[in-house]
Amino acid sequence: MVELNNISYSIKGKHLTNGVSANFEKGMIHLILGPNGAGKSTLIKLISGEHHPNAGSIKIEEQNLQDIPLKTHAKFRAVLSQNLALSFPLSVKEVVMMGRYPHFEGKATTLDDEICVKAMQLFDIHEMQNRNYLSLSGGEKQRVQFARVFAQIWQAVPGKSRLLLLDEPLTFLDIYYQYDLMKKIRDFMVVNADLTIIGVVHDLNIAAKYADTILLMDDAKLVKHGANQEVLTKENIYTVFKVEVENRFEVV
Amino acid sequence: MKQNKTKIIGVILLILLIILSVLSAKFGAVKISNQEIWNGFLHLFSGTAPSALNERIFIQIRLPRVIMGVFVGAALAVGGVLMQALFRNPIVEPGLVGTSSGAAFGAALYFVLGATFGLQLGEWILPLAACLGGILSTALVFYLSQSKKNNKTAVISILLTGIAINALFLSGVGFLSYIARDPQARSITFWNLGTLSGAYWEGLYFVISITVLCILLSLRFSKQLNALMLGEQEAKMLGVEIRQLKIKVLLVNVIMVAVATAFVGVIGFVGLIVPHLLRMLNGSDNRFLIWSGAILGALVLTASDLIARLLLAPAELPIGIVTSMIGVPVFIFLLRRTNYFF
Repeated sequence: MVELNNISYSIKGKHLTNGVSANFEKGMIHLILGPNGAGKSTLIKLISGEHHPNAGSIKIEEQNLQDIPLKTHAKFRAVLSQNLALSFPLSVKEVVMMGRYPHFEGKATTLDDEICVKAMQLFDIHEMQNRNYLSLSGGEKQRVQFARVFAQIWQAVPGKSRLLLLDEPLTFLDIYYQYDLMKKIRDFMVVNADLTIIGVVHDLNIAAKYADTILLMDDAKLVKHGANQEVLTKENIYTVFKVEVENRFEVV
Repeated sequence: MKQNKTKIIGVILLILLIILSVLSAKFGAVKISNQEIWNGFLHLFSGTAPSALNERIFIQIRLPRVIMGVFVGAALAVGGVLMQALFRNPIVEPGLVGTSSGAAFGAALYFVLGATFGLQLGEWILPLAACLGGILSTALVFYLSQSKKNNKTAVISILLTGIAINALFLSGVGFLSYIARDPQARSITFWNLGTLSGAYWEGLYFVISITVLCILLSLRFSKQLNALMLGEQEAKMLGVEIRQLKIKVLLVNVIMVAVATAFVGVIGFVGLIVPHLLRMLNGSDNRFLIWSGAILGALVLTASDLIARLLLAPAELPIGIVTSMIGVPVFIFLLRRTNYFF
């Protein structure tokens, strides 16, 4: 689905991504782990097309990333980034509807409306759809953003596989919602088999429980990429995070 | 529910605008009766020349003035909506990118040079000079704010360059007023305070076509401008070509505001306050802000013009003084009761 071929990205001589190669298979959740400044978010920004690598190539379903037109790409690729700075009063419904913008010209269709309602119901924000986004708590805002990116890729696009990129999506959420959201993402993927998710998380337990593959990064480089049990070993975790853990993380 | 609310707001604003426009046509140095207005319209549509003095005043002076106020108000308010959306900052005015100071400089140059060389140029030369000045200064702001490194135009650098260029052109206006003779210096000062009193039909046709065209174009950008509220990168991820959008929106704004300013002079605060008022009423959806901004902008400027004519009747105040006198307290009131997060 997504193929990174020896990509590097640097700003002012400092490597933020250094020779990373990886292959992300379709229909799976791939989670990126690593200490602060390891280059996790940069990797997401490279895959989303926000940054262009200085060297190497990124292919999405055999197609070069820079050859995919921005407008077409937005129909099957959604990104939830950190630091969303919305400073104007908008209703929750209006924010979620933005996810449908790539799909209609002019006015929203009934289909777009229906999808918004379903996405809002999925993330328990349907009751607050007329509330001002600015008046919500951090966790509620995050759920609205989830509904927005899910609305964007709610339906399969003929001939294309959907891709969802999540940059630290669980910030601002309490433990209940962190697990609740990961479970919802899992359930959504069961019925949407073409969807691939690549995300950055900090919680090793969440990664162990929900990821299909884990990508361990440190100092702009890829340390290890593979199935959970292979990657989350005591030794690997110590090398990257400098933290002693008791045992290998069990996948429950 | 929400859609009903926007419709109700639209209808109420439109009714108010019509009432105010009629009042504005009636009152002033000369009071015009309903019967005279009616006869005036009959003459207008049948193409016959009116005989009565008041009917002539209505057709040749009052009516163009009222219509000019409506369209200039709409242009300034929609310009404000566009700029605030583009800069993702609710304290931005349409003139911020240099348009109005450039127009003021163009007009000042016309006053001083025209008088010095005793040129007898037609009535189109002043708006032309102002319009060119406005477009030139905005182009300068846009050019200078481009980063050489990666050919990107950061919004904040447009904003700061705009402040610098504004200062430059205003000092140019100051210099011209300093070297000008008294009558020209007075013309410059008055022009900088704005007035609708010079409205005439030919100029009006021009302002109407440009304003209507630009507002229709603006509506096409409303979805992309909404997405921009999330942030530039997020909008890009929703398929918005940021650079193209910036250029198009700036172009529409500069043409609309430069043309409006060219015919009536510099009028402040309308473009700043109208979008604020509407956001408080019904949120920040740009589609709503653009069309309702056009109506409310027209309403505010019509009301200001009426006040400008009545306050010291039979003399009249420059309209820019009125908009600022009303605008500043309203603006401060809004700032104090709304919690904007910057």
